[in-house]
Amino acid sequence: MNEHTSKQFDVEMEGIRSGVLSMGGLVETQIARAIASLKSPDLDLIDAVAADELAINRMQVDLDQQCAQIIAKRQPAAIDLRMVLTVVKIVNELERIGDEIKKIAYKAQQMQRPEGLATVRFHDVTRAAELAEDNLQRALDAFARLDVAAAADVISKDEAIDAAFLALLRQLISYMMEDPRTITPALEIVFIAKSIERIGDHAKNIAENVVHVVKGKDVRHASAEQIRAEFAE
Amino acid sequence: MQTAVSFESIASRAPRDRAGLAVAPPKMSVRHLDFFYGRFRALTDVNLDIAEQRVTAFIGPSGCGKSTLLRTMNRMYSLYPGQRAVGEIIFNGRNILDAHTDLNMLRAKVGMVFQKPTPFPMSIHDNIAFGVRLYEDLSAREMDERVEWALTKAAMWDEAKDKLKQSGMALSGGQQQRLCIARAVAVKPEVLLLDEPTSALDPISTAKIEELIAELKSDYTIAIVTHNMQQAARVSDYTAYMYLGELMEFGATDEIFLKPRRRETEDYITGRFG
Repeated sequence: MNEHTSKQFDVEMEGIRSGVLSMGGLVETQIARAIASLKSPDLDLIDAVAADELAINRMQVDLDQQCAQIIAKRQPAAIDLRMVLTVVKIVNELERIGDEIKKIAYKAQQMQRPEGLATVRFHDVTRAAELAEDNLQRALDAFARLDVAAAADVISKDEAIDAAFLALLRQLISYMMEDPRTITPALEIVFIAKSIERIGDHAKNIAENVVHVVKGKDVRHASAEQIRAEFAE
Repeated sequence: MQTAVSFESIASRAPRDRAGLAVAPPKMSVRHLDFFYGRFRALTDVNLDIAEQRVTAFIGPSGCGKSTLLRTMNRMYSLYPGQRAVGEIIFNGRNILDAHTDLNMLRAKVGMVFQKPTPFPMSIHDNIAFGVRLYEDLSAREMDERVEWALTKAAMWDEAKDKLKQSGMALSGGQQQRLCIARAVAVKPEVLLLDEPTSALDPISTAKIEELIAELKSDYTIAIVTHNMQQAARVSDYTAYMYLGELMEFGATDEIFLKPRRRETEDYITGRFG
């Protein structure tokens, strides 16, 4: 893509693009910490998550401000406009992921671990969390490269995360029905799993926004197959 | 290289207009238009349709031919020797480039407003009556009614009604331009050609004239040349992007400014040009 006649405009656009990738990098670090705390809770990890959660929130405010400035000053059109709007949306998704991660880390630290229930189910939860971590990384990569095929891939992989959540839910329900004493810890696992499923959804939303930047089409309510069919070359 | 851009080809992509009506039929059709200033070719094989009761904007960098194109639509170039147009412009079933075209009647039906307001050195009333008198025989009372009607159409009546005998040159720039618009509509044209109508005006006058264009659209077909891209985006239904005498892209304004088909168009509207 050519540069703008105004170099300052180029600098501003690059600023928001790299800002999103920085924020994404920080969120990825947070997810890794949350997964580690699921495996073995550690107060230092939780403190780090809390500190970086504040940093993530600051980045959201900052990037929204930068985007508003570009809109006011430059009246962006076409791809520039789509990029600015998309950055605002992706920043929002990343901030939400940050919130879910914080919930996971705190819950993992607080909850009791009765024998039997925890070991088996935690393995499934950690596995789901790793799928979500992978999908977020792919979504941010798709944004960095403005790659529609990679974005369509993220959207279809989210189905695996949703399926993992539902499988976990079904199994936990049977545990709870068999033995009511497991209800409290089981529910806590359900909340953690739900947060992971939400992270997966946010990663999918990021991928949908990538398609919008590149193709100018809003695919928020289309399926992965429809998207692939639409853009097959 | 150029293919005819008819409405059938873009109808599937064109949105419903703001009144929810389907795409309108063309009021003027430009076909294979070339234009020459002496030996210099300023327009090459231009094909496009001007939709009835819609605003069509021509945008492009300096020297792209947008004003040249506008001026073929009322044969303004015929005032100057050495300027000639080749091709067809069909208006009301006839090719207006034909030598037998009645230019006075054409210019009554296809009015023009220029960048620099051009009030005649006469009263506001006479500015408007002057053109009408060339075409119609009205009594004094009928003429007064026509003057009031034209000034109302140009959103000028309240400001001008107590000063009709004062000179048109004594008005502010924005008012003079609205007087010129009133003068153009007074002869009941079908098409209005606006050549950078607000380039010489302050932001408030510009906004008032843009509002006026939105109202006039329901009665007239409008073609506007503007170098202000945001203005083109605000006021027009269709936009034509021109470069070096060629029509690069033509489409619904909403699409051109959100997702243009050609890289050249996108480069121009996003300021990546040059």
